[in-house]
Amino acid sequence: MARYTGFYQPNRPLTVYAAIFVLVLYLPILFIPIFSFNSGVYVKFPLEGFTLHWYWDLFQRERLLLAVWNSIKVAAFVSVLSTLIAIPAALAIARYRMPGKAPAAGFIMLPLVLPGLIMGVALLTLVNSLGVQLSLVTVTIGHMVICLPYAISVLLPRFIGFNRSMEEASADLGEPPLRTFWRITLPCNFPGILACLLMTFTISFDEFFMAFFLSGSQSTLPMYIWGQLRFPQDFPSLLALSSLILVFSFALIFASLKLARIGQPTASETKR
Amino acid sequence: MISIRNISKAFGRVQAVRDVSLDIKAGEFFSLLGASGSGKTTLLRMIAGFEGVTSGTILIDGQEMQEYPPHLRPINMVFQNYAIFPHLNVRDNIAYGLRRLGLSKARQDEMVAEMLEMIALPGYGERRSTQLSGGQMQRVALARALILKPKVLLLDEPLGALDKQLREQMQLELRQLQQRLGITFVLVTHDQEEALTLSDRVAVMAQGRVVQVDTPTGLYERPKNRTIAGFIGSMNFFAGTVHRHGTPEIEIEGLGRAVMNGHDDGRPDGAAATVAIRPEKLVLTAHAPGGRAVEGVVQARQYLGGRHMLHVGIAGRATPVAIAVQDGGAEMAPGQPVWMTWKDDSILIMDAD
Repeated sequence: MARYTGFYQPNRPLTVYAAIFVLVLYLPILFIPIFSFNSGVYVKFPLEGFTLHWYWDLFQRERLLLAVWNSIKVAAFVSVLSTLIAIPAALAIARYRMPGKAPAAGFIMLPLVLPGLIMGVALLTLVNSLGVQLSLVTVTIGHMVICLPYAISVLLPRFIGFNRSMEEASADLGEPPLRTFWRITLPCNFPGILACLLMTFTISFDEFFMAFFLSGSQSTLPMYIWGQLRFPQDFPSLLALSSLILVFSFALIFASLKLARIGQPTASETKR
Repeated sequence: MISIRNISKAFGRVQAVRDVSLDIKAGEFFSLLGASGSGKTTLLRMIAGFEGVTSGTILIDGQEMQEYPPHLRPINMVFQNYAIFPHLNVRDNIAYGLRRLGLSKARQDEMVAEMLEMIALPGYGERRSTQLSGGQMQRVALARALILKPKVLLLDEPLGALDKQLREQMQLELRQLQQRLGITFVLVTHDQEEALTLSDRVAVMAQGRVVQVDTPTGLYERPKNRTIAGFIGSMNFFAGTVHRHGTPEIEIEGLGRAVMNGHDDGRPDGAAATVAIRPEKLVLTAHAPGGRAVEGVVQARQYLGGRHMLHVGIAGRATPVAIAVQDGGAEMAPGQPVWMTWKDDSILIMDAD
């Protein structure tokens, strides 16, 4: 029998399992950048040769650049607006006792798990029945519906963990509530708010369903990709585009997760 | 300066403060002393305005405070965890409350520099507040509150997080600062020694009520109950019974009868009471004195530097009696017979519990 090395000894089978787990998660995604550098038009092994042509090709497509610009515009509006709307909502949930708070908080989070298809159809029905023209504005509204629950789920733990004696100290030093919010609450929670902006920006930038149903003639980036899938000779360029989007989204999400943790109170800081 | 009149506070069904009335004088160092859950912090937070009152009134400088939110009250506070603003440097923390006074930048800098001087941290203005040690944060919190020249400074367990040595040093500084500035300090603490060494007067709180308000000397000499009697130094507690046939007397477990005299607080005949006697109020001799004395046997002896504490077993009492002996303690070894005497006016009578 092997020597007992302690309760917390490394567990090899579990380590291997975890490695396989991560591999299965990311292997499919790994094919995208690999084939985006392949000089052949068709996605099949063996690889033919290395090229940056597909990346260079992206910048020659005017409609693509327009779609990128549309996506950036929508994502910028969505991130700023949904963060601004989510701040008071998250504060209210974190702080105040009110009737029906628990179900309200639950309903706010529900769109997180609703299928995008259903949300898209629902919003399209609503927009049609109101007689509103489909445009980037309707896409923005659709994205906000999706992003708000995410925004609140990023902000809420921040606000719950926020030590309110900071605000008490501010009031004690003579600052009225709104001033206290501006001078203490906002700056102290700035990393969380920035994380919220990045998170919602990324979600809006990558979103497909809402854009599919709610955009009129102006398409967003995912819409553009969807449209180009019909043309086999364009496929390698789309892989290059997807690789860029992957890198961009990963960077934003990592930054957002990192920011959300900055300055979080540690367990040693006692709460009243 | 602060008048607290019949203040009660309920959190739902929990009664945190029950009908407390206190008068805190201008320039006084006043402490609220009690265990956690005694209502002392709630009382302080009601004075500051962070908690509303359920009933009663609080007056500061003759003015009712009910309608004033915290930012309009003429008081400032040092918080338990200091609540230093992490996104501001030391100077901006200290100058925080100056904004609404509309002073010039130069005047503000001058005042901050004065404060840094006062808390013995000159040149620390540009330090990030997250780089400060516990003691330094405590000083910055003090400066931030005092720069506004409040009439009253509230301190919520300000020294609780510091280690013993630093705490004692800060206690001394706090007391000197208060005496120099002449501002009314109201300190919340659970540390009896801290309350007694710092304060002019102490309100002892338990279960939401004020049990006794007195000077530290008063608490030592006339404690209202066993808990307060145990605050400083050691104390012997005896079971006692009141006798009112003829001269009012009290029968003390193991010691016999004592005349109540000045201690008579009108307890009825046959009532049970606790009798307390300080170890230094009992006199111990190695030979039988003339007159009233109780014989006992030395069970243990502790040397306390300059004096001895002797633990003497007596008939009719399970626990030995502690007696402080200045001279001659060395001659009274364990196992030796001794005689103890006392004066009737050295006994304290309080509720049996």
